[in-house]
Amino acid sequence: MHGFGVVEHDPHEPLFHADWERTVLAVQLTALGQRLYNLDELRHSIERMPPDAYLNATYYERWLAAIDRLLIEKGLINAAELERRTAAFRDEPQAFPAPPSAASGETELVHPALDRRRGHPFRREASTPPRFTIGDAVLTKQCQPAGHTRLARYVRGKHGRVHRHQGCFVFPDANAHGRGEEPGHVYNVRFEAAELWGESAAHRDAVYVDLWESYIEPAAAG
Amino acid sequence: MGKNHPNVEEYVVSRVRALESLLLEKGILAPGAVDQLVSRYENDTGPMVGARAVAKAWTDPDYKRLLLDDSPAALAQFDLKYDLLVVVENTDDVHNLVVCTLCSCYPWPVLGLPPTWYKSPAYRARSVIEPRALLREFGLEIPEQQEVRVWDSSAELRYMVLPQRPAGTEHLTEEALLPLITRDALVGVAQVKAPATVG
Repeated sequence: MHGFGVVEHDPHEPLFHADWERTVLAVQLTALGQRLYNLDELRHSIERMPPDAYLNATYYERWLAAIDRLLIEKGLINAAELERRTAAFRDEPQAFPAPPSAASGETELVHPALDRRRGHPFRREASTPPRFTIGDAVLTKQCQPAGHTRLARYVRGKHGRVHRHQGCFVFPDANAHGRGEEPGHVYNVRFEAAELWGESAAHRDAVYVDLWESYIEPAAAG
Repeated sequence: MGKNHPNVEEYVVSRVRALESLLLEKGILAPGAVDQLVSRYENDTGPMVGARAVAKAWTDPDYKRLLLDDSPAALAQFDLKYDLLVVVENTDDVHNLVVCTLCSCYPWPVLGLPPTWYKSPAYRARSVIEPRALLREFGLEIPEQQEVRVWDSSAELRYMVLPQRPAGTEHLTEEALLPLITRDALVGVAQVKAPATVG
């Protein structure tokens, strides 16, 4: 999509623009670490924002909207209570007393989010052999799913070539919707820029995209 | 991005306070958890992690091979357990650029938190459609004969660029090279420059 203008690049940008962004990051890490929702559900929750709100929101505002929605849907917080409390804090910043900080050490509750040594939660052992090998010509599906997918619009119905087999991973299109993991092979596929963008593209350039096996079909070698 | 009407900011601040207080009451968020969790990204994780691997790769051909072919083993030498990184090498023939068009996926363990521009709709759209025009705005003119490869982080793999070692740094040690390597170079929107005082 065009029309977003120049990328604003601030070399001296702070890590956080406000304190509330730190809080949102911590809530996110905690919620994912405690598996209150999974990463695919999170991404889908962000995608369910109305398009105009999505484009106007900052990164952490999108996270906040997505977290609120998921915690409410899962019954972990109450929507009316969240609204009531938001209004109360707006009228009186000390509406609810701040809880005491932990004296020292990491509590059991934050630990899972911090622990990177538990291994990645998305890789799985393959139960079927990979359908494609490096160099295979493939065609991506043409589709318009209502739910979550990682098949980006700009690579639907396009011809590419398998560059690399990445392993077997939990399938986001299922995992985002409580349908289980349905793990599948993931391939890195090279698309020529001209295939994606037509003749305006630099003929030499290419985009490499990671795609689940069910997103692609064999294509006649071109 | 990042510029809000004051009323929006006021609402967001109240909303986050409300959410935090609810989660504290429910025992989901532990007291002090915010500072503990965030300090990881303020102090321990950032582009210096990825830069260390690059500096070592520039000075040790075996390590470079390992980083490109088996990044988990290469990162393990820095006590980092991360099995999702793919490192792509810039050469005279190829310039690599990393993006996540669908959201803002970014290799946190080696680069830290992503900058705002990386997460902007403008970068996410233009990096794939017109990478050369975008790079020109970042001050990088890619010669016509050099191929631009854009890596869209659309699954769970994450990408980092191995930039070219700048000419005139042959005598520099790994330690001296390290501070030259910027986050922007590891994403592919910049090249690493030799220090002005070299020689």
